[in-house]
Amino acid sequence: MSGEERGLVEVVGAGRPPPPHEPLGSRYGDAGRDRRRRVTGTVFMVVCAAATLVGVVALVALLSDVIADGLGALDVQFLTSFASRYPERAGIKAALWGSIWLLLLTAAIAFPIGVGAALYLEEYAARNWVTRAIQTNIANLAGVPSIVYGILGLAVFVRALGFERSLLSGALTLSLLILPVIIMAAQEALRAVPSSIREAAYGLGATRWQVVWSQVLPLAMPGILTGTILALSRAVGETAPLIMIGAVSFLAFTPTSILDQFTVLPLQIYSWVTRPQDEFRGLAAAGIIVLLIILMSMNAVAIILRNRYRARH
Amino acid sequence: MKERVIGWLLFLCAALSTMVTVGIVLVLLRETVAFFGEVSLAEFLTDPRWTPNFAADQQHFGISPLLAGSLLVALGAAAIALPVGLLTAIFLSEYAADRLRQVLKPILEILAGIPTVVYGYFALTFVTPFLRSVIPITQVYNAASAAIVVGVMIIPTVASLSEDALSAVPQMLREGAYGLGATRFEVSTRVVVPAALSGILASFILAISRAIGETMAVTIAAGGLANLTANPFEPVLTMTAFIVQVSLGDTPPGTMVYRSLFAVGMSLFLITLVMNVVSQWVLSRYREAYE
Amino acid sequence: MSTTHEIDIGGRAPALETRDLSVHYGDTAAIHGVSLVIPANQVVALIGPSGCGKSTLLRCFNRMNDLVSSARITGEVLFHGQNLYGDGVDPVEVRRRIGMVFQKPNPFPKSIFDNAAFGPRIQGIDGDLNEIVEKSLRGAALWDEVSDRLGDSAYNLSGGQQQRLCIARALAVKPEILLMDEPASALDPIATQRIEELIYQLKELYTIVIVTHNMQQAARISDYTAFLYMGEMIEYGPTDTIFTNPLEERTEAYVTGRFG
Repeated sequence: MSGEERGLVEVVGAGRPPPPHEPLGSRYGDAGRDRRRRVTGTVFMVVCAAATLVGVVALVALLSDVIADGLGALDVQFLTSFASRYPERAGIKAALWGSIWLLLLTAAIAFPIGVGAALYLEEYAARNWVTRAIQTNIANLAGVPSIVYGILGLAVFVRALGFERSLLSGALTLSLLILPVIIMAAQEALRAVPSSIREAAYGLGATRWQVVWSQVLPLAMPGILTGTILALSRAVGETAPLIMIGAVSFLAFTPTSILDQFTVLPLQIYSWVTRPQDEFRGLAAAGIIVLLIILMSMNAVAIILRNRYRARH
Repeated sequence: MKERVIGWLLFLCAALSTMVTVGIVLVLLRETVAFFGEVSLAEFLTDPRWTPNFAADQQHFGISPLLAGSLLVALGAAAIALPVGLLTAIFLSEYAADRLRQVLKPILEILAGIPTVVYGYFALTFVTPFLRSVIPITQVYNAASAAIVVGVMIIPTVASLSEDALSAVPQMLREGAYGLGATRFEVSTRVVVPAALSGILASFILAISRAIGETMAVTIAAGGLANLTANPFEPVLTMTAFIVQVSLGDTPPGTMVYRSLFAVGMSLFLITLVMNVVSQWVLSRYREAYE
Repeated sequence: MSTTHEIDIGGRAPALETRDLSVHYGDTAAIHGVSLVIPANQVVALIGPSGCGKSTLLRCFNRMNDLVSSARITGEVLFHGQNLYGDGVDPVEVRRRIGMVFQKPNPFPKSIFDNAAFGPRIQGIDGDLNEIVEKSLRGAALWDEVSDRLGDSAYNLSGGQQQRLCIARALAVKPEILLMDEPASALDPIATQRIEELIYQLKELYTIVIVTHNMQQAARISDYTAFLYMGEMIEYGPTDTIFTNPLEERTEAYVTGRFG
């Protein structure tokens, strides 16, 4: 036997008769410890479940509070009137249309650029340090506070390019804000397309753009759309950047061109929240309900898209 | 030929992101430099007073009250969101059955999707009155309400990123621990969480960074009074709320108040950027190979 | 078709015994009607082609199948006469008494010391932790190689060393039975040889049940062999018999390499 094997026998004491077998559940000291471990485990699970409930309870409390406060003020007149000094006559017509315009304009700007950037990074770019730097940069931009984008928009779009406090400035600013999110979501969707698809197409002599346009993009589109809709729903709820670029909250017209001044739902809500009179609280809550309905619908569409996409793959 | 044009167009789209960063830095830098032409860095960092709206000879530009405000709210929010978020992640990853998880995760996503102005409303109309009934010294505008709603707001961030980190721990490690006679609690806390620690820490840092950058909820709930304090029941002015305050007012370019907006913006940008970079670094540096 | 009561286990006490054991995952039966007796202080090998259910059977012995929510287990597994699946039996205690080593080495992302000390720590130790760790590492024939670097990460070890660390880890909780699920299949031949030598020594103190797809390995190190095929136990007996003079045709076909 080697030295090691000798050591095993000596140290572990082989050769002595084995200790008598004890049935399960009988070792007293161990049973006490085991019970304590079991209790600790149960307590911990309860604590974790309670923590999870915090989020649920908070959501329920928030929604109940808003609905209770706002349901009364929610009527057709509310949806079709402009803002006013007098709470009984005030409504969100300007804000609602502003939000819709802004949403469409932002989508029109951010979607092509975002998808284009993602296509470049996934399908065209060489895997070198330049590409990596761009990727890191995009990830960092995703974490920049939205109000900083507002400052950027103010300086570049409102002042330098002279678009003033228009829908265009707002849409451009929000596009820059959500661009990183769209790019990252689109890249993920593109990555999920199996490389065998690309290889097959290249093998048939297709150019890179043909492969991308006819094979890869259609397969990735549901994922890209899901990410884009989620990013846009974030844009719909943004307030601070739009305050920065000068969207006003007392507007008596709906925009008719992209160079018009505008207001949006979150801004209108904010302006009402800051008024001291109680009636404006009810209006704010009603505005919140409308905003939440819009957001829920957008998210529902995105989730349905995502599930149908997953079901197929 | 067409291929090359398309290639270049797509490249431009990607390069735009670089231009955005450059743009942000330049825009902030220009006015910040002008700001520091008048105010010394020492004063900016050490003066305990922030009074940009006073007459020129009485103006003080010490950022400490704003920093204190931002930190008070962010740390208060973290005190709620970090433990709750992590425990939620552990529950979802290690305890919850599949069907329960499928119900809970969308709820968390909804929570994450609620706009900040709604949280501000909730703080002002529900949390503050509640706090005032329980703790009478609470003022109408206070940091605590803001911290609470911001905390709720970032729970989903912590929970979902931490859960990703926990799920990434190979099942093999759990089985090894179970095979040694460990309870689920021991497997979760002594094996899985330590193995996922880098991802969990990164999620913490990211969440705090988000809390610092949060604007509307604190603007609504915390008030507008620059206040160097550690008392959460008083009003505070955060960096973000100050920027909003200035833009809502009448501020002609070229004034010190105008420039201070950019100086604060630059500070905010740098702080969140550093935190995000650190969070990425933590994630990559300590990621254990599970092989 | 079982041959339990016909094999001679040399007058030794049975460490484990299964009676008509079946495991269903959902609607599919992974193993069906398995009855065998595992004698104490012997090495029993479970062999068979991929998917025959040998790993599933192994996992019944320490209730690891409990972790799969779709698993349904019927029949009995007796541990010195006590049914492991009986009322009031705590799977945590079962796993302390019946340890397991897995196919791919799976040390925790901790130091070598902390890996070996993990079991004793969570169960509350009776004795000096340093001593227990040293004994376990010696028992796994790893001590001489790591005694000067117990604080190093377990991932700095080679594959073979990691697997021996996993064995040490299992030994540290002082089990009576060691279950090994293809413990050397992920290792190179030299590491495999060391593991096999270790198993030969370990059976002095432990009962060992080993799943292997390597028939030569089974022939080398086991005292008894059970051949499984498609969830059923076809034959079970002393290793010599199984490999040189099997009773069943299918057994003979497998051990002579005609399939699997």
